[in-house]
Amino acid sequence: MTVHVVLAWLASAVAAGTPLVFAAVGEIVAERGGVFNLGVEGMMLVGAVSGFIVAVHTRDLALAIAVAMGAAAAVALLLAVLTITLGADQAVTGLTLTLFGAGLSSFLGKPYIGIPSPVVFRPVPLPVLGDVPGLGPVLFQQNLLVYASYLLVPAVWAALSHTRPGLALRAAGEDAATADALGLNVAALRYTGVLTGGALAGLAGAYLSLAYTPAWTDNMTSGQGWIAIALVIFATWNPLRAAAGAYLFGGVEALGFRIQAVGGTTPSYFLRMLPYLFTLGVLLVVTMRSRRPGVPGNLGRPYFREERYG
Amino acid sequence: MDVYLQDIRKAFPETVALHGVSFEARPGEVHALLGENGAGKTTLMNILAGLYQPDEGSIWLGGQRRRWRSPAHAIAAGIGMVHQHFKLVPPLTVHENLLLGVRGPLWLHRRRDAARVASLAREHGLDVDPLARVWQLSMGERQRVELLRLILRDARVLVLDEPTSVLTPQESQALFATLRSLARSGRTVVFISHKLEEVLRAADRITVMRGGRAIATLRSQDARAADLAALMVGRHVTPPQPSPPPPGAPVLEVDRLTVPGDRRPLAVREVTLTVHAGEIVGVAGVAGNGQRELAEALAGLRPIASGAVRLDGRPLERATVRDRIEAGLALIPEDRLDVGLVGEMTAADNLILKSYRQPPLSRRGVLDPRAVRARARAALGRFSLAVPAEAPVRLLSGGMLQRLLLARELAEAPRAVVAMSPTRGLDVGAAADVHRALLEAQSRGTATLLLSEDLDELLLLADRLAVMYDGRISAILKRAEFDRPRIGLLMAGGAA
Ligand SMILES: Nc1ncnc2c1ncn2[C@@H]1O[C@H](COP(=O)(O)OP(=O)(O)O)[C@@H](O)[C@H]1O
Ligand SMILES: [Mg+2]
Repeated sequence: MTVHVVLAWLASAVAAGTPLVFAAVGEIVAERGGVFNLGVEGMMLVGAVSGFIVAVHTRDLALAIAVAMGAAAAVALLLAVLTITLGADQAVTGLTLTLFGAGLSSFLGKPYIGIPSPVVFRPVPLPVLGDVPGLGPVLFQQNLLVYASYLLVPAVWAALSHTRPGLALRAAGEDAATADALGLNVAALRYTGVLTGGALAGLAGAYLSLAYTPAWTDNMTSGQGWIAIALVIFATWNPLRAAAGAYLFGGVEALGFRIQAVGGTTPSYFLRMLPYLFTLGVLLVVTMRSRRPGVPGNLGRPYFREERYG
Repeated sequence: MDVYLQDIRKAFPETVALHGVSFEARPGEVHALLGENGAGKTTLMNILAGLYQPDEGSIWLGGQRRRWRSPAHAIAAGIGMVHQHFKLVPPLTVHENLLLGVRGPLWLHRRRDAARVASLAREHGLDVDPLARVWQLSMGERQRVELLRLILRDARVLVLDEPTSVLTPQESQALFATLRSLARSGRTVVFISHKLEEVLRAADRITVMRGGRAIATLRSQDARAADLAALMVGRHVTPPQPSPPPPGAPVLEVDRLTVPGDRRPLAVREVTLTVHAGEIVGVAGVAGNGQRELAEALAGLRPIASGAVRLDGRPLERATVRDRIEAGLALIPEDRLDVGLVGEMTAADNLILKSYRQPPLSRRGVLDPRAVRARARAALGRFSLAVPAEAPVRLLSGGMLQRLLLARELAEAPRAVVAMSPTRGLDVGAAADVHRALLEAQSRGTATLLLSEDLDELLLLADRLAVMYDGRISAILKRAEFDRPRIGLLMAGGAA
């Protein structure tokens, strides 16, 4: 009985953590290239609403995901043009992007509030793996997007640390002037990082509106984009650690739901606050232990070849 | 490959760096580009390397007109440049740095790539560990990585910007031997320098630049140091003559001082030193051997691990920065605009930054602008500084900034001064003024600790010379014992 409860809790921790995995890993790719994108929340919302609308009208989940990722990447392109090509302040532009994404998604989504999606991602227990005692019910009785995230995390990690383009992207984020002098195309690398991050944020949003809580509601990301940004720091820009952090956060969130479900007397506002409080605490501990661990050297700094750098 | 730069002009928003410069270098030769700071040497070579676009003029390579839109084009054409501030990514390993921008398979193969780098390094006598992270390397090692990169990319034209500024005399000799052998194999080698002796020693031909113009090109066997100096400076600069007073009582005493570093546990280890009144004690060493941390710890800008610091017998190691200033300790920092002056503030405001709390400058916490201006004018007048009093100082040249800083730091006849590379990046005239100011303070009895990477400066000014290596003082030499080869050996970690 208790084992059953624990397994169900862990399974919902994975389900709740998955959007954070997508969004945080995407932000890591952008930041490793040197661009700080505070617009994750906005891009997630755009992804969530556009994916949902396409699903309602076409009943095609694959198309819905593609459009969600494309739409969020288009929003990211805006940030890329403003910050990489025009040198606008990355923090301000990112904040603006979040506001823009929230407004746009709310406008586009108005007619779809309260409509159920005709198609949703349902759990697809994997043969064999799904039957492994313990691990199976937690990891392998999930939906396809969760499985995709299992592949994505190690793939991004390997791409960053073991491939030539990954090395080039890291160089552009650590020291753009050096990357440029060595013949790398800094702007192209940074655009690639930002657009990849945007597409993954869109995927995170679509996961929310088509799999996790399949419906559209205003501001349905409820701050998860911000949590993803915090996770990046907590994970010291490492995708594997970001995934671990995402599941931890998901676990605390799922715990809150569970306590509520069994009728605990703790006020629900407090329970909903728990995951954020928890993230704050972890960030505090990590940041106190070492001062600036793993931060890309040129994060947040625009690069123009003939400008002088101190 | 023959290199010919023809009538190159380049303007930046604030200055015209090059007014139509022509420059020519041949395969097989080592060609020196000599000139003072700000002459335009780096800008000219950055144009050859594709980093800057010329406004006018053309680049010819092996008789063909070339035009690059980015460094990638210049690299593909066989141009390789070792920049003064090395183009290496510190958190990456040596072999990762060497792979950057080089075509090859998608997947990196750590062990195979590292082995290839190691064998190439051995072949050219450029000893480095391919798996070390660049931030762990000394400046000399980093330079070897840069050279290795050019060899790896098979550069036909090698450009080195001020390559000896981070090397000991022995390392410089080894570098020039390497450059000579690269030239003998048919490459074109250009190195930038502002040091007359090394140019005469190491180059076949010398092009002198001044004020954005190429003044002359000479064969080094026909050139004499005095003529080169005149061409380079365009006027006569009299070096100051030190006439040290007899040293007085001990003023600044450092006793077994140990200071933690940023990247390693201890940057300064058990340093013991005494500077007497009216004495200049020099600290020599290759950059990164603890000099900066020592200076910062003395100024109170960096916490210490253990040891004692006394000024006139008074313990200071736990004192705040303000207490140290009030006790009579002045700092001339390495980074003038970062630590020394506030770029956005005017010269007048910068000048009173240390004394603004005292009357008549302020009363009950309110500044008196008239008194401030009067004080600033007096200080500027005393050091004959023609500085606009009301413009932000970040617009001033490096030489002006340093004079301004000295005017503030030396105005109130401090008991002791800690000076960190006070003439780095200055032209000859400004450097001579700085030296004069330090000598004048000495004659008034100030105890000076002068940390510098410029050995000539130390040999000129210091009464005693401490050599620092790996955070320790390895020897303290008296003036009679000053001997370049021996000091070079000590700087490289050898025994005295
Ligand atoms: N990127 C830049 N932006 C603005 N001004 C520059 C830049 N690079 C060089 N300059 C200016 O051009 C002039 C020549 O500088 P530089 O080529 O670095 O001289 P050198 O290498 O001979 O010391 C100087 O006045 C310098 O301030
Ligand atoms: Mg230069």
